[in-house]
Amino acid sequence: MQATTKVTHRTATAVSGSSVAILAFSGDISSASKEVILGEYHRLDGSASKVLLDFTSVEYINSSGIAIIIQMLLEAGKSSSHAFGIFGLSPHFQKVFTMVGINKYAALYPDESAAIAAL
Amino acid sequence: MKNGSFVQVRLPSELGYEKVAMSTAASMASLMGFSADRIADLKTAVAEACINAIEHGNQLNNSLSVGVVLSTTDDQLEVKVIDDGSGVRDLPAAPDIDRKVLGEEDPRGMGMFLIQSLVDEAEWHQGPPGKSFVRLVIRLDKENQ
Repeated sequence: MQATTKVTHRTATAVSGSSVAILAFSGDISSASKEVILGEYHRLDGSASKVLLDFTSVEYINSSGIAIIIQMLLEAGKSSSHAFGIFGLSPHFQKVFTMVGINKYAALYPDESAAIAAL
Repeated sequence: MKNGSFVQVRLPSELGYEKVAMSTAASMASLMGFSADRIADLKTAVAEACINAIEHGNQLNNSLSVGVVLSTTDDQLEVKVIDDGSGVRDLPAAPDIDRKVLGEEDPRGMGMFLIQSLVDEAEWHQGPPGKSFVRLVIRLDKENQ
């Protein structure tokens, strides 16, 4: 019954000139999303030191979905490979991500242009 | 909406059906005049309560259902989520993001924290099978605070 999650990968260039990987999610982010989200993250090559997570097209997130994002931050911390940013969250989920403390490890931006400008 | 309105929904013990309860709660809150941000808070709290009931209370057992009872008074909406588990004995500590990111704490386990943070009242009651429930309340008088 859980809806599917789609993840697409694109690349952008930060103001500093460095390469930024953008993982764009759509659909639902729940416990059923773990394989597709972490799988796409694991497929990133080392060319981008920064990763932006795009939630613009996400319709539903629950705490199990948020845990997958934390798992990604955990893996990044172990390898010291990527700095993270997040954009496209609704005001409600910006509040929820802040309550949980994710903003301590991944800055929250309102949209892609603000995120790219800040990198 | 008439004071004392009452709606009951029964959900299969399958993840994803929490959205039915979310939609129902959102519709009732909208009819009562709650703001969009309060409705978003309620939807997340109801979703987390239903997920806990499906996963932990009913152990994903398809022969069991989760009861969701919504009732109103003039100034509040109450949602009870009922399952066949033994109930919550101890509330977990608030999540520690540093420990989670270091791998010292399970990345999951944030549902009850979110519920408590997003509604005006949240209480867990233990009971025999079919009688354990979590009770959530949001109040209209909190709208302008």
